[in-house]
Amino acid sequence: MDHLTAPLAAHHKACDEEFAIAEEAVANGDWGRASTLVPSFTQALETHFGVEEEHLFPAFEASTGMTGGPTRMMRMEHMQMRTLMADLAAALAARDRDEFLGCAETLLLLMQQHNMKEENILYPMCDQALAGHAKALGPVIASGLAVEA
Amino acid sequence: MQSTFEFEQAPPISVPYRFFLGGPPFAVAAGLLLAWMGPAALVSRWNPQLLALVHLLTIGFMLQIMAGALLQVLPVAAGASVPRSLWLAVVSQAGLVCGAVLLVTGFALGSALNFKLAIPVLGASVAVYVLFCGFALARTKAQGGTVLALRIAVPSLVPTVVFGGLLASVFGWGRQLPLMELLGAHVAWAFLGWGLILVMGVSYLVVPMFQLTPAYRPRLATALPLLSLLFLVGWTVLDLLDRAPALRMLLALMEAGVVTAFAVATLVLQRQRRRKQDDVTLRFWRTGMIALLAVVALALADLFTTDPVIQETLEILLGVLLIVGVFMSLINGMLYKIVPFLNWLHLQRVVSPVPNMKRMLDEKAMSGQFRMHLASLVCVALAVFLPWLAIPAGLLLAGSALWLEWNLAGAVLLFRRLARGPGVSLATVRPVSR
Repeated sequence: MDHLTAPLAAHHKACDEEFAIAEEAVANGDWGRASTLVPSFTQALETHFGVEEEHLFPAFEASTGMTGGPTRMMRMEHMQMRTLMADLAAALAARDRDEFLGCAETLLLLMQQHNMKEENILYPMCDQALAGHAKALGPVIASGLAVEA
Repeated sequence: MQSTFEFEQAPPISVPYRFFLGGPPFAVAAGLLLAWMGPAALVSRWNPQLLALVHLLTIGFMLQIMAGALLQVLPVAAGASVPRSLWLAVVSQAGLVCGAVLLVTGFALGSALNFKLAIPVLGASVAVYVLFCGFALARTKAQGGTVLALRIAVPSLVPTVVFGGLLASVFGWGRQLPLMELLGAHVAWAFLGWGLILVMGVSYLVVPMFQLTPAYRPRLATALPLLSLLFLVGWTVLDLLDRAPALRMLLALMEAGVVTAFAVATLVLQRQRRRKQDDVTLRFWRTGMIALLAVVALALADLFTTDPVIQETLEILLGVLLIVGVFMSLINGMLYKIVPFLNWLHLQRVVSPVPNMKRMLDEKAMSGQFRMHLASLVCVALAVFLPWLAIPAGLLLAGSALWLEWNLAGAVLLFRRLARGPGVSLATVRPVSR
């Protein structure tokens, strides 16, 4: 509950929710709704990546000295997801339902296994390594996530 | 320190794919054997040809694919990569395939020599597999229902093979052993230990992930595999010693409750999914869970029946629903998610742009194969009562497995074409994380 990374894990769920409604809109052919829901979802995901890449990961790397390990891997997966988000945007603009749903399916699985690795492995490592910095870092993470909330 | 890096290390794509492509041909063979046996096929559970058929499906199809999928799942699920995974995959798969062929031909031809050879081959390949996966599972710091389930499921292969080996020694060396008790223990550890607890552990991961359902409750997720283990140990010991029938009955009822709770929880979570779209994996999964509930009902009926004729029919039907209905459905459904995703994951570092997952495997082909699988399940189950149906049932089973292989092979060939052009070994394509 009081873990430093708890807001990030909760934000994963919020992003999932945004994903589901955006995907549903496209599946139903409701391009009007999709045109606001899809950017809202990708914005939320981008905010999440930003908080991790600008605050959490550097703090973890500074504290543990591990720069080539899990955080490098997570950054790489963020890049992969950004590519898919761009594909989603292109499919949305082209109103290509099949392409959109295929990219959405791919993004969902990538996102879920990424979240699982973070929640099961990296976040607990961060909570442990950054326990002493929680007071300073906690509000930064919370406010970073709140930007788009 | 090293262990913290492990979750980067997904195995080369050839590790899971060799198992995935190796499994369906065994199910094709099982279907053809069923059709060849014809009306006599499902009359007695002691028919050696039926035992051959069962092991084509359980070792050749189920164990092979599950073992391959676990090597892929471990790094994501537990942050535990299996050391020397390519070597392990080659060795353990070769052993499983050879052992399955030896055992099956041992049953089908009544060959003592084949049993004598099958025991060390299967024993050694499973031992190596359990040792390597056990090593990874022992070192991981990850916690939760999935890791717990995997830590119980993987070692459950040991009693499965030990009891199976003792049974095979009866056929190989003519040893005098308590057949019924050993068979009960072998079947229990195989299906309820390795099989179902592995399914639980994987479900905790993928049910919420594929359809955005709520998570399984943590207490339920840990209680189910632990209670299953309690049942397996208690029941095996009491049954082998022939002690405490009332307690054995109580344990069996508890396990029925555990399995029911798992199936119901899964179906309820899937009803609560945030992602409303239906897909073929979900349909396979629901089929598996409904079949699992039917298996529990049949097991309970079997427990309270004294008529040996009715018992035999119930047990054969139970076997059909458990193998074709539960495990083949779940495995089939999982493959249709894993393979397109792995294709995408491994390709996106090699080529650009990468076709999305839905372009890796044709949805219509998957749906068609699902319907054929369902038809084969219904037909094989009905053949227990209408023996003449065994021939079409066998042909449908073989056809469905062949179609599955065709679909998977299409995806793998597409991967090869996109990755390096034709003729390139999959083993040379390393995962993205390296």
